[in-house]
Amino acid sequence: MSIAINKRKCIGCGKCRNVCPGTLIKLDVSGKAYIKYPKDCWGCTSCIKECPVYAISFFLGADMGGNGSMVHTEKRDGLLRWVIESPDGKVTNIDIDPKESNKY
Amino acid sequence: MKYEKLTTDLLIIGGGTAGCQAAITVRESSDIKILICEKAHIKRSGCLAAGVNALNAYITEGHTPKDYVEYARKDADGIVRDDLLYSMSERLNKVTKQLEDMGLVILKDENGKYVARGNRNIKINGENIKPLLAAAVEKLPDVTVLNRVNVIDISVTDNKINGAFAIGIENDTFYTIEAKAVMIATGGAAGLYRPNNPGFSRHKMWYPPFNTGAGYAMGIKHGAEMTSLEMRFIALRCKDTIAPTGTLAQGAGAKQINSLGEVYETKYGLTTSERVYGTVNENLEGRGPCYLKTEGISPEKEKSLINAYLNMAPSQTVKWIESGKKISEQNVEIEGTEPYIVGGHTACGFWVDTDRATTISGLFAAGDVAGGCPQKYVTGALAEGEIAALSALRYISENAPTPIPEAEIKAHITETESFLGEDKSVYSTEQLEEAMQTAMDAYAGGIKTNYRFNEKQLDIADMKIRRIEKLSDSLHADDFQELMYIYELRERLTVCRSVIAHLKARHETRWHCFAENLDYPEKDDKNWRKYVNSRLENGEIKIILRELTEEGQRVYEHSHK
Repeated sequence: MSIAINKRKCIGCGKCRNVCPGTLIKLDVSGKAYIKYPKDCWGCTSCIKECPVYAISFFLGADMGGNGSMVHTEKRDGLLRWVIESPDGKVTNIDIDPKESNKY
Repeated sequence: MKYEKLTTDLLIIGGGTAGCQAAITVRESSDIKILICEKAHIKRSGCLAAGVNALNAYITEGHTPKDYVEYARKDADGIVRDDLLYSMSERLNKVTKQLEDMGLVILKDENGKYVARGNRNIKINGENIKPLLAAAVEKLPDVTVLNRVNVIDISVTDNKINGAFAIGIENDTFYTIEAKAVMIATGGAAGLYRPNNPGFSRHKMWYPPFNTGAGYAMGIKHGAEMTSLEMRFIALRCKDTIAPTGTLAQGAGAKQINSLGEVYETKYGLTTSERVYGTVNENLEGRGPCYLKTEGISPEKEKSLINAYLNMAPSQTVKWIESGKKISEQNVEIEGTEPYIVGGHTACGFWVDTDRATTISGLFAAGDVAGGCPQKYVTGALAEGEIAALSALRYISENAPTPIPEAEIKAHITETESFLGEDKSVYSTEQLEEAMQTAMDAYAGGIKTNYRFNEKQLDIADMKIRRIEKLSDSLHADDFQELMYIYELRERLTVCRSVIAHLKARHETRWHCFAENLDYPEKDDKNWRKYVNSRLENGEIKIILRELTEEGQRVYEHSHK
């Protein structure tokens, strides 16, 4: 899997670049973030959780059976919302309460 | 290139689980100078970047550290060190409490007690476990964290540590770091073998692809004794997403079934290696693919699983949602990963004494680089970080620092300059990495051969790795990040050679898949209840067979002390 950064939304804050455990994200000449080594992404989603403007999404590579959905997170009312947008426009929202533990 | 010389008391290489805990521990009792070199950023570096959803090493009510030691010994079929397992197990609950105090959410019952998952696990929301740990380190007074600074070598004179060399990936700086003691906590090694998804998703793997075995490689090159590198680790994972299976198996009670719907796990046994072996064998005998049976699980479990995976391996949740089917309507296909070298799961790594001192004076190891002590998981790595930190503190109070020889600094600078100089290489670092992974896959027991190998194949693997090592001398880097990639490749190659030598040395098959030697397909308790250790001497790997320490033994000291 890898990520895609929406240049239109990116405000160039550099938070994603700072957190990436693979040093894979860079800022271009206009100060916007881009992933320089897309094949080297581990899929940890650290950058996605950092982005204040929800400009970063991840997707499953076609080689691992991906179907083209784009996924990002939003922080709302103390919850972490995962937003999964499928290519046909269907949107699935899953809210996770960070104060709630896994049950299994 | 800029040059900087730093001096510290304790240098911690790697700001992951063990490294962070080491800094926290030292600061509880001492104001010595601490420097953490982290090749990424400590907020999300190492194994915990995406999060975890259970603490797998915890002494639950009604159990004792002894139970944990016995479990780990059984899983590794005897090739462990009880002194290390005991000293780790006795700290597991204390470090868990520390994590909770940092803000980690742990599931509790109505009486305020942790809810156990099985005998050794407790359930958490660990999505933010690394940011919590990193924040605790950042709050400490006078601890310097250098992010994006990658240590490329240690400096050792007469078997005593002087410090280390590092490169600043984003500031084009060559660092010479003198330290009174060094703690190595760089994690294990991924990327030695061709991965499950070798194409675009090549880094979608179980272990962090950025853990290259740097710590092992530095130790090996300087003659540190290593142990059990033949005890590789292969994880049983959800196919494609390489997401954890434990949450489904131990947590939700899903059984391993073959394509005929038969539960096969009981046929092969339930140790980690047996679970992988069973899956490989069912496929070989025509009863694949294999699955974890999630068909028919309750809607309540389903919802919880969707959330649990988002907190540690979100791609699996996305896979379920993209499939358009509920978890209860489909089983999850499983497969083994490529082999890794990781001392947090098996017993491979530095040969350390009870205090986590390596055989190099002043060099300590903790977490996935430290051997003899498998089944560490997060809490075990924290425990070892503590033990190693306290030992390093004692060492610093008793030993004077030694300088890094000027000639050595010059040699390292010359080496980096040659990689950054004129581009004369036919091959790229990426090409050589692929060549290494292909050779290991085909000749040293990778996925391609169902993890099996024989001596002749290992000889071919060794020859190929040596050739690639030679080719790597003339690689070229355009910038410091590419320079890091060259060093990472060379670290992996060093580890590969030692792994091959260890696989060749153990003339038995004690663990299916982890070390499946077709020349010796049976377990041989009479001759091989031994540690296979090694040391590099004059460029050649010397194998040292050591007798097992006693069961229940609490202290082990290096004989040179």
